[in-house]
Amino acid sequence: MRAASAWLHRHTTARLLALLSLPVLWVVVAYLGALGAMLVAAFWTTNDFTGAVEHRLTLSNFRTLVEQPVYARVALRSLGVAALVTVVDTLIALPMAYYMAKVASPRARRLLVVAILTPLWASYLVKAYAWRVMLANGGVIDWLLQPFGTHGPGFGLTATIVTLAYLWLPFMVLPLFAGLERIPDALLEASADQGARAARTFRSVVLPLLFPALVAGSIFTFSLSLGDYITVKIVGGTSQLASNVIYDNITTGGNLPFASAAAFFPILVMVGFLVAVRRTGALEEL
Amino acid sequence: MLTTVARRALAAVMGLGLLVVYLPLAVVLTNSFNSSRTFAWPPSRLTTHWWSQAWQSTGARSALRTSVEAGLGATAVALVLGTMAAFAVARYRWFGRESVSFLLLLPIALPGIVTGIALNNAFRVAGARFGLLTIIIGHSTFCVVLVYNNALARLRRLGGTLEEASMDLGAGVWQTFRYVTFPLLRSALFAGGLLAFALSFDEIIVTTFTSAPGVQTLPLWIFGNLFRPNQAPVVNVVAAALIVLSVLPVWLAQRLSGEPVGARH
Repeated sequence: MRAASAWLHRHTTARLLALLSLPVLWVVVAYLGALGAMLVAAFWTTNDFTGAVEHRLTLSNFRTLVEQPVYARVALRSLGVAALVTVVDTLIALPMAYYMAKVASPRARRLLVVAILTPLWASYLVKAYAWRVMLANGGVIDWLLQPFGTHGPGFGLTATIVTLAYLWLPFMVLPLFAGLERIPDALLEASADQGARAARTFRSVVLPLLFPALVAGSIFTFSLSLGDYITVKIVGGTSQLASNVIYDNITTGGNLPFASAAAFFPILVMVGFLVAVRRTGALEEL
Repeated sequence: MLTTVARRALAAVMGLGLLVVYLPLAVVLTNSFNSSRTFAWPPSRLTTHWWSQAWQSTGARSALRTSVEAGLGATAVALVLGTMAAFAVARYRWFGRESVSFLLLLPIALPGIVTGIALNNAFRVAGARFGLLTIIIGHSTFCVVLVYNNALARLRRLGGTLEEASMDLGAGVWQTFRYVTFPLLRSALFAGGLLAFALSFDEIIVTTFTSAPGVQTLPLWIFGNLFRPNQAPVVNVVAAALIVLSVLPVWLAQRLSGEPVGARH
């Protein structure tokens, strides 16, 4: 022990290698290796009769995904759902974050941050389940809407969007709150002194400064919605999203190559998203 | 500056928002005492029957044990690997240092289903036996970054001067770590470990693809029983218990650090 300690003390590089070896081995072998193998598997195919994987490079999985209109529809639907969830969350989170950062007293602000953070610790599945109970026939939503002579949306795409927006709302509120807190009050006062009303100040001063935070929040809401297949199973009725295609091909289809090919879609969309927003400086806000 | 009307409107949205955030959770809690098997709303009569029934549910109990074991295992791996990687990045200069953060972030940035099928495929190719061990491996891929981020931020803030002083005074590598670095790092490791455990405890997607038929974590158990009408009250009680339990880490973090611990931002 003593000798090893003395030796490590003298050899900085050995110390570094000892520290690095395990984590790097872990990430490269357990994660990157698996990811790479999956991406290669996308170019394999399965035997039509036996279902066994054939290790022969082909583009047939991708051809099926592009040529069959059902997959284009599912892809568009997934993008639409992710975009709508992002818009809904932005519209709700903006006034909440603005109140927390610029109106509430410092003491109230601390409490509000805790109030927003606490539900993040509650299980994702439990929250999706809570909305299943709320949206069920004769559930709380129906009961609340009854006096207005209408009823809830029931299970379906609308319910999916509502539930996803609920699940990811804190991921939008927190970056926006952090972004707003960084904007000095003096800037807003200066804008008011120059004669701008609140709406004009918001549009011309706050929004441009807040844009990176807004993008950071939408990375979360968008990617989390795009990768989801559990929520849509719980409250989506018979609706299908992109991740369901991946999931079903593994569990019921047993077709790993096709599922891997379908997994290219969320990966490419998210990489494209991240590359597109890199210049806004949003990645430093995460 | 904002008019009084605007301030009130913002306060109203804030209140309404919080109401929407907490309403579904309150409904689940209330329904766990709802005597109606189908959760007729509003509840006509309250009962504790479902709680005692859930307490006796062997499926839920063994799922809870699996979840705790998987969470502890993944947290342990994350603590060791995350701390080592953080040290390597914070205390040494080397080629490729900048890409470590990105690499470690990948498993959490890509959709869970991608990680899930990648690992499923890899385990099958490697001929591994699916079970608790594969779940732990799966969970630790995305848990490492939580410990790493917390430890790295703390190490950067501390700087290396105290460690150098310790070594100058004749302490060896281990002694310095044990008596100087570790005590300063402890609360950051605790926060990271807490996040890692919470994330593992909650995870369902990667778990789906890395578990064996007989090995169920609590989220898998809930999901498996969600669509069975006669299990509904027991599932609801488990959900309610998890909501109550989720206050625990917030309270712990508040007590230990005096500031809220967030999901890493």
